[in-house]
Amino acid sequence: MTPPVLPAGSFGGFVQAARRSGHLVVQPRMGMSDPYLMREGLLATRRADASTVGTITLDSYTRVGDHEAARRALAEGVPLNGYPIVAYSTATTRAVTDGIAGTGFPVQVRHGSAAPQDILEAVVAAGLTASEGGPISYCLPYSRTPIEQSVANWEASCAILARLREHGAEPHLETFGGCMMGQLAPPGLLVAISVLEALFFRQHGLRSVSLSYAQQTHPEQDEEAVTALGRIAAALLGDLDWHLVIYAYMGVYPRTPGGARLLLQEAARLAVRTGAARLIVKTSAEAHRIPTIAENVTALEAAARASEQVRPTASVQDTGIHQEALGLVQAVLDLDQDLGRALTKAFALGVLDVPYCLHPDNAGQARSYLDSAGRLHWSDTGAMPVRGTGRGVGRMTSAGLLGSLSYVQQRFDRLAVETAGLRQLTSPAPQKEYAR
Amino acid sequence: MELDNHPCPPALGPGAQGLDVVVTSVASDAHTWNLIYLQLLLEELGHRVTNLGSCVPDQLMVDECRTRRPDLIVLSTVNGHGLNDGRRVIGQLRDCAELRTTPIVIGGKLGISGAEQGSHVGELVNAGFDAVFEDSAGIVGFHEFVRALPAARRALPAGGLR
Ligand code: B12
Repeated sequence: MTPPVLPAGSFGGFVQAARRSGHLVVQPRMGMSDPYLMREGLLATRRADASTVGTITLDSYTRVGDHEAARRALAEGVPLNGYPIVAYSTATTRAVTDGIAGTGFPVQVRHGSAAPQDILEAVVAAGLTASEGGPISYCLPYSRTPIEQSVANWEASCAILARLREHGAEPHLETFGGCMMGQLAPPGLLVAISVLEALFFRQHGLRSVSLSYAQQTHPEQDEEAVTALGRIAAALLGDLDWHLVIYAYMGVYPRTPGGARLLLQEAARLAVRTGAARLIVKTSAEAHRIPTIAENVTALEAAARASEQVRPTASVQDTGIHQEALGLVQAVLDLDQDLGRALTKAFALGVLDVPYCLHPDNAGQARSYLDSAGRLHWSDTGAMPVRGTGRGVGRMTSAGLLGSLSYVQQRFDRLAVETAGLRQLTSPAPQKEYAR
Repeated sequence: MELDNHPCPPALGPGAQGLDVVVTSVASDAHTWNLIYLQLLLEELGHRVTNLGSCVPDQLMVDECRTRRPDLIVLSTVNGHGLNDGRRVIGQLRDCAELRTTPIVIGGKLGISGAEQGSHVGELVNAGFDAVFEDSAGIVGFHEFVRALPAARRALPAGGLR
């Protein structure tokens, strides 16, 4: 029951070393279809004034397995929303990372595929060893693939990565389960799915993992959730190398540069306060388009500066997130010895049910709402073994949905205007920078 | 013409029956909040919506639209591949005799470099779309477009207008 000894240059080892020296590792969501730009982006990430790891984010065609469409787009000069690692040759990807990725700068490939075998073969062929996802989190929000099939694909995918250990590497996988749908999923469910995916990775041979949690709508609720995630991970994953990773808000992002920065800073504080080791940033371009390299570097450095001004908090309140998450994890584990089968059954029975998820294998009975203080709650728990608030919320309207989805965006854009306003009390000409 | 500042536009007038609408993403796009939002919006306006969900393969979209013969097809995509996916799939939809004159629109975040301010519109209209709506600013124009569609085309005599 002791964690593995991590070889130098491994993703997990790099993050643990940074953690020991008191630095939050910051990481972009960066991916471009032009290999020269991709290389430049990795270089800029490495050179940023922060403790960084690199990212190659894949494009949507590669995510859905349509490599032909990716090749056609490349041939026609159509820019993609990420790097098409399967459409490119191994030589091209090696040229992108050559002399950049390695000891002192691990690079992770982030995709979003329910059938990632060919992606991970390309990752391994290029000499990379870290990726992310999971049989649930890369299936429900990302595909029409049945869960059972996604589970089989992810078993095969874990095997592709685990094989790397025969060559002296320590592959790393991060759960994406802490980010179902980007927004409006109550924290207990996010924590539970993140833990279950980490257990799935362990069952299939991974020994170095990270557990994700995406910043939601209320800082204290988030602190409680991440603390719960850490407690459950410590109890269940003692034989692994593991760390927590925070995602800066994954829902509708503030539209102003000021609002975007304030929200990112709050994510950095959440990470440090809860003892998370790594943060994936969002840029000021998030609400609008794929960010530039410069915007990514600005976000990485802003997050690093914000993280330097906080210390881990000793204690958080307990509103029951730990109990809810643990209850869900236990209920799923009770369904089957095999985690893949247990997860498949859990969704079929509605023991896990992701609010507002349209995937055919999701029960779709559960619903959530934001209270007036901005905390996320269950309004309908479907068949899940969790306690609801018993509060019906009436019929969802388009305006109501947009209001909930935009709660964070509006709060932070308003905060940015107010902050800017305060600064301008002393200067005569008000800027129009934030008026859109 | 009317100036409508009402926050929630009135549903259909008396006698109107509403449209059968297909709301769909495109093959490469996994985003669904946009689809849920558009479905609610159209239902509030009195229309019936079939939501095909995310990552809809071209053939599935064509088959569904052909069998359902909706009064309006709404493609929504925000992942930045909309221009590329849109101009590919519209050809396949228009190749079906049943869908040659069906109003088909596309909207969302259609490219990867942000508020392209209409730079895709011409290309997508030339490819066969009836209208193109960019991001949140497109919602107003979309309201007007939908309102101007003849309601309940289905009530027309068989073969009429199609
Ligand atoms: C939530 C989210 C996700 C969630 C989606 C969960 C889900 N199932 O929906 C997750 C985390 C899974 C996700 C994944 C990805 N995402 Co995303 N996502 C977002 C985010 C943060 C919010 C989107 C949202 O929910 N909006 C709420 C809905 C209601 O509004 P909307 O989608 O913006 O649509 C509005 C208008 O565009 C308009 N509209 C939309 N369609 C139509 C159609 C018509 C006819 C009309 C009239 C109007 C209209 O109406 C809506 C209301 O105003 C946006 C950035 C942002 N806005 O802050 C990025 C964003 C859309 N994602 C993006 C990308 C690229 C991806 C990925 C490809 C990953 C990547 N490479 O970064 C994957 C998708 C994989 C795939 N196969 O496509 C990019 C798109 C870039 C671009 N277009 O330039 C964005 C802009 C982020 C960014 N800056 O990089 N994402």
